[in-house]
Amino acid sequence: MPLGPNTLREMLHTMQTIRRFEERASADYHAGKIYGVVHCYIGEEAIAVGVCGALRDGDQIISTHRGHGHCIAKGADLDRMMAELYGRRDGYCKGKGGSMHIADFEKGMLGANGIVAGGISIVTGAALAAKLDGKGGVAVSFFGDGASAAGPIHECMNIAAAWKLPIIYVCENNQYAAQTPASTTIARQGEIVHRAAGYGIPGVAIDGNDIFAVHAAAEEAVARARAGEGPTLIEARTYRWRAHTERAGQPDYRPKDEIEGWKSPDRDPIARLVAHLKRDGHLTDAEFEAMDRQVLDAIERSCAFAEKSPFPAPDDALDDVFAA
Amino acid sequence: MREITYAQAGLEAIQEEMRRDPKVFYMCTDAIPPLAKEFGTERMRATPIAESTMTGMAIGAAGSGYRPICDWRQVTFCFVAMDQIVNQAAKITYMFGGQQKFPILYRAGVGGGGRLAAQHSQSPYSMFMNMSGLKIILPSTPRDLKGLLKSAIRDNNPVISFEGNRLLQTKGAVPDAEADELIPLGKAEVKREGNDITVVALAWAVHEALAAAEMLAKEGISVEVIDPRTIAPLDAETIKASVMKTGRLLVADEAGPVCGASAEIATLVSEDPATFRKLKAPVKRVCALFVPIPYSPGLEDHVFPNRTKIADGIRAVMAA
Ligand SMILES: Cc1ncc(C[n+]2csc(CCOP(=O)(O)OP(=O)(O)O)c2C)c(N)n1
Ligand SMILES: [Mg+2]
Repeated sequence: MPLGPNTLREMLHTMQTIRRFEERASADYHAGKIYGVVHCYIGEEAIAVGVCGALRDGDQIISTHRGHGHCIAKGADLDRMMAELYGRRDGYCKGKGGSMHIADFEKGMLGANGIVAGGISIVTGAALAAKLDGKGGVAVSFFGDGASAAGPIHECMNIAAAWKLPIIYVCENNQYAAQTPASTTIARQGEIVHRAAGYGIPGVAIDGNDIFAVHAAAEEAVARARAGEGPTLIEARTYRWRAHTERAGQPDYRPKDEIEGWKSPDRDPIARLVAHLKRDGHLTDAEFEAMDRQVLDAIERSCAFAEKSPFPAPDDALDDVFAA
Repeated sequence: MREITYAQAGLEAIQEEMRRDPKVFYMCTDAIPPLAKEFGTERMRATPIAESTMTGMAIGAAGSGYRPICDWRQVTFCFVAMDQIVNQAAKITYMFGGQQKFPILYRAGVGGGGRLAAQHSQSPYSMFMNMSGLKIILPSTPRDLKGLLKSAIRDNNPVISFEGNRLLQTKGAVPDAEADELIPLGKAEVKREGNDITVVALAWAVHEALAAAEMLAKEGISVEVIDPRTIAPLDAETIKASVMKTGRLLVADEAGPVCGASAEIATLVSEDPATFRKLKAPVKRVCALFVPIPYSPGLEDHVFPNRTKIADGIRAVMAA
């Protein structure tokens, strides 16, 4: 289905929310309000939003260490996300998880994961559950180019193909695993899509910064999965704007002009969608500015919420090891 | 009460729980024929030989409302799934602040005696005890196996069942299906009462300890044998109460000693001031020698503990 202007504006709003949320998370990280590590998704927003836009409530996704975008795209609450980053009691994980472990099981977001490729089999199990439920539910596994070179994706594509599981494997190929270029560690010049052929499943490589391409590919894959026709591999080519993590002093060996090139308006996924909407008369500069203010307000509120939430009591560390 | 084998008791537990709850399903690299026959291939799922993926899929299915059973066959084969066990299953409840429950049963054979050499004769359960977030059962009798497996399947957490390879064909009394006997996780059992020394024994070693106790009764030594049955969480109270009574402790384990369950049991007794004060002799452990398990019969038998070594150990503690 072609995307209507209202849906596109909602998608733009979500993409802008991801970007502004992470700009704030980065600033607050450097201000010492957020601890540990923060991996930003800025530059890759069209993938999470395009894919999740093809899903229904009840469908399930799993994320990576770079998880904020997937959370927001699946409808997670900004207040509880920010409170988790701040290490507070009202965070999604009551301050036990932090940036790398935000989950919202009610929304079908099975969690960010600190282990590269660690979530792929978990969400493949969620796809098995969806198949056993028989209600047409689907699952999505987001993973990086780095994760594509580890064992789990191979095992999982095999079993998902053999069992026709309703799952979409979405490789976010931002061309680097930390500092290492995919072209130096991944066969076929870092192109991942070719794997699909080995498992006899559809594989598509798309421009991951083109929300239309992402959404169309996801819709087709989701329709196949719902119809019981099994998995699809989508390789979404993209680029991360920021360093691998926000940690100060981390090296970033990527060429400066390469980074700047990907930030240009003709490659930035948000600028591209804004330009499209403007060209078709569905958005004005003033409207986009108003949208941005709305987004910034929501993020400001989430920080206020987080700030107000108490830190957990030390003894809370002993809770939740086991479920009742 | 009827007598059935340990293997049969395990199967009955699974069958009864699969009948009781349609959310229970079974994954294993080979279908178990009676389960496939009764429940079909949807619920008795033969998987590729991809233990890491099976292990992770069980987590995802559990988080989506199912109660998967993931049978690794031998503990040996689960080492390819260590990321899923250690980084995911053990931590997922906690890491996400208890948002979701993950009821999973993992099953694995442990122990030697089959002349199967190093990779297929190991008992590395203490590696998993080291992880908070996992419950671990280690049953020694058909009745315990059945009752503990049924509790494990109904538990809302990942539980690993380590099942003794040497015990599969041993027989014992087991209540029938109508009894629906559940043995609670975390409860030890006194397998034999005695006054002079406490022997805490694990799995197959329980039977060796009971045989040693029988031998020593003739020498006038009264041995109390305790089977923890669950090693995570450990029933420290039952163990300490017994040692308070006897004043002596020997731990018998088919696994090696280093950082083992035996070390943990010895520690919980010596760390507790009241129990420590009652000790009349140093604690002793009778475990496997600290080597990979060898193949040739004379070598393998030399490496493992047995009733004679346990009896010698008891005499040594009594003489200390
Ligand atoms: C098994 C494992 N090895 C190493 C790491 C450290 N690490 C964290 S993210 C990362 C790079 C991942 O690259 P990719 O999968 O392409 O995801 P991206 O960061 O580009 O989104 C590495 C090596 C880890 N978390 N897990
Ligand atoms: Mg990458």
